[in-house]
Amino acid sequence: MTGSRHDAAGQGEEARGAEKTALVRVLACGSVDDGKSTLIGRLLAETHSVPEDQLAGLRTLSESRGFGADEIDYSLLLDGLEAEREQGITIDVAYRFFASRHRRFILADAPGHEEYTRNMATGASTADIAIVLVDARKGGVTQTRRHTFIAALLGVPHVILAVNKMDLVDFAEARFAAIVEDYRQAVESLGFRSVNAIPVAARSGDNLVVRSPAMPWYAGDTLLDHLEAVPLEAAVSDAPFRFPVQMVLRGEDGVRGFAGQVAAGRVAVGDAVVVAQSGRAARIRQIVTKDALLDEAREGQAVSLVLDEEVDASRGSMLVSPDARPQLADQLQAHVIWFGAEPMIPGRSYLLRTENDLVPATVTALRYELNINTLAHDAAKSLVMNRIGVCNLSLIRPIAFDPYRENRITGNFVLLDRFTNTTLGAGLIDFPLRRAANIHWQATSLTKRERSAVKGQKPAVLWFTGLSGSGKSTLANRVEAMLHAQGMHTYLLDGDNVRHGLNRDLGFTAEDRVENIRRVAEVARLMADAGLIVLVAFISPFAAERRMARDLMEEGEFIEIFVDTPIEECARRDPKGLYRKAAAGELRNFTGLDSPYERPLAPELRVETSGHDPQEGALQIVHYLLDRH
Amino acid sequence: MSSLSHLDRLEAEAIHIFREVAATCRKPVMLYSVGKDSSVLAHLAAKAFYPGKPPFPFLHVDTTWKFREMIAFRDWAASHYGFDLLVHVNPDGLREGINPFEHGSDRHTHVWKTLGLRQALDQHGFDAAFGGARRDEEMSRSKERIFSFRNRDHGWDPKNQRPEMWKTYNTRVNQGESIRVFPLSNWTERDIWLYILREQIPVVPLYLAAMRPVVERGGLLIMADDERMPEDLRRQARPRMVRFRSLGCYPLTAAVESDAVTLEAVVEEVLSTRFSERRGRLIDADAASSMEKKKREGYF
Repeated sequence: MTGSRHDAAGQGEEARGAEKTALVRVLACGSVDDGKSTLIGRLLAETHSVPEDQLAGLRTLSESRGFGADEIDYSLLLDGLEAEREQGITIDVAYRFFASRHRRFILADAPGHEEYTRNMATGASTADIAIVLVDARKGGVTQTRRHTFIAALLGVPHVILAVNKMDLVDFAEARFAAIVEDYRQAVESLGFRSVNAIPVAARSGDNLVVRSPAMPWYAGDTLLDHLEAVPLEAAVSDAPFRFPVQMVLRGEDGVRGFAGQVAAGRVAVGDAVVVAQSGRAARIRQIVTKDALLDEAREGQAVSLVLDEEVDASRGSMLVSPDARPQLADQLQAHVIWFGAEPMIPGRSYLLRTENDLVPATVTALRYELNINTLAHDAAKSLVMNRIGVCNLSLIRPIAFDPYRENRITGNFVLLDRFTNTTLGAGLIDFPLRRAANIHWQATSLTKRERSAVKGQKPAVLWFTGLSGSGKSTLANRVEAMLHAQGMHTYLLDGDNVRHGLNRDLGFTAEDRVENIRRVAEVARLMADAGLIVLVAFISPFAAERRMARDLMEEGEFIEIFVDTPIEECARRDPKGLYRKAAAGELRNFTGLDSPYERPLAPELRVETSGHDPQEGALQIVHYLLDRH
Repeated sequence: MSSLSHLDRLEAEAIHIFREVAATCRKPVMLYSVGKDSSVLAHLAAKAFYPGKPPFPFLHVDTTWKFREMIAFRDWAASHYGFDLLVHVNPDGLREGINPFEHGSDRHTHVWKTLGLRQALDQHGFDAAFGGARRDEEMSRSKERIFSFRNRDHGWDPKNQRPEMWKTYNTRVNQGESIRVFPLSNWTERDIWLYILREQIPVVPLYLAAMRPVVERGGLLIMADDERMPEDLRRQARPRMVRFRSLGCYPLTAAVESDAVTLEAVVEEVLSTRFSERRGRLIDADAASSMEKKKREGYF
């Protein structure tokens, strides 16, 4: 199928064997001390992947660093960035390419020290094979376990233990055997499809590309031969069909083609597929590529699928096999690897991006942190950079996914910051939470519309945010009184009052502040659903939580009111004596002093109270509310 | 059925990347530099959106010092593929008459390419720009992401790159920020040529060997492409059988001696050669880490 259209042009390269080369992704992990850079550099050089002029430059550089005239410091090949060359450290994952007879390799070179979890995870996410390096003198160390565990967690199927610096242990077979035995026991439970070990000496090249004359006792493959021989999985192409839709392509005839890359399995013209999200079924009418209409498409191919019936699908949808459907849920458990400089806090809202879908999501619980040295489950309130935690997440709407263990492509996501758009974390989905599948939203016979209609009003959430003492409660009380006078049905949720009951178990740490707001936002939502106009007067210092509250409400229902009073004025008023206490060191985590207040950038309303009659501000708010369409 | 070859996989990866950008970015653009990598990109873009056309324009940041054959090919390719071609020439460069003979390669490149590119991107407000850079080209590239974030000044911060896992890309930027997208990140020069041969993709004829008037300058063969080359140099030009492994401004791009007059012969040569293609590029040799420095300043 793929070969036919290339016959004419491809003969020259077929003859060279280039056309049949497979693409294999490899992760190399270990630290500089284990000789990783030397091993990779040498592997590149001996597979002729380093151009002659670069090698010549390397010889000069090696000599200037005290290497012998004919000796090359291969590790110098690998430092890509100025800062790395200056500081002699490796900062980031680098991608190197080399080829053997039948395979073309993409090697992710992950530094061992700095930010190892992030870099390792990045390289491991797509790898078919992980090479784990150990120093023969030291054997497996904590770092070896850590690297191996991350490779297993990210689903790398094959691992090769490269026992390096064999020359420094006199090429002793017993030493090698002892290290391998230890390692095999340690990885037994991790579920790799294959575990192999090779004794090497990277500096002299023993058993990398050429067999080592110094280790006649070793009968196995060289590293390159082994990389060439590791069986590549047919597993993904035998898996149930998965096709995340990237976009809709339209021809001149207006026919809709769903464009995407087959994530698993295969599909043929005439096959039935369903849209995972809606369950709508149709059959494949055409499999379109620019080169030809195909009879069949399978894992890895980028195509566009035309169905025999109009079905509602677009970016974010997933076309799947009707017999083995993915999960569909808005609550799920996942392993989350955190990259953000700010810790992950349960209750906070992020953007969750799967390969083709984007949905706001809240981490509802951090169940535990996974200690990657001991594999113990440690209790944790937040997740700091380079740590891995097991979390529950709640999404604004359901997504289609498979457990990560079953499918690395349809089982992953990343978490993005809602304001800076930076990538904060990566998630491996464990399973949908049963709660999501079993506790359906009870469809009540009366709707929000009917409940509010009988009250003659449109529900709203007036969210007052501002520093302590800014005048939120005063304003909110005035507004409520005015609305009440006009016959409106209202309720005021006040920060202090709610902390006496619903939130009495919460303190003032960042984690507790987030949870405080989450609960209040949920209560406000229920009240709005009851048809009420809800007034919420909470400091709510973090933009992320205000955003989360906004997302819970219907479009146009959430009205953010920034009570903008300078902190000097708030401290002067100090109605509860809190600023005085905080200044005396009696109160900690006080907003505006030792805990941040993030000013709203685009509130619906901004009200100044300093030097203004509160009545003015209250009227402004009431008019805004009544003028809504 | 045989499994997908590495070229099939690289092709599918690039198509997927093209579609991710088209589906999620507000206003993408293709940076089209007329070279072989651009030819492959144009070919892949046509595949990615078939039966539609690529939903973005192609931008050529012209330095006015490109080989004449490149400009002719560019205009032919635009009509052949039917893409919407934008050409930007830095007006400051024109006014000051910046040229590589008098101003040196560093300043020449900075004004025409780095500043020219920034002007064009700002002027149109593009939030994503495709480029043909590959990780095997140069050391700092090996650490660059496929989706490479740029700040409001188009600068690249190599120490603060977004982690990039699986094929789950982060394409989101705020107002004024942008991403450079490199669909060919994982390709090597060898892959490019094998693919050009397999797909029979048109490339600028300068890649094939022919008799061309060249001058030897500092051990490099420079082609006398037009009258702007200083007279004394031009008089030394002799016809030699040469071709180019990479194309840029003619005074800054060295030819190699070659008999490879067909695509097949070029591939043959690439597969057996042991020198990097950028060796013929004078701009990389200016200073150690020069490419990284240029990229921090907003160069592609």
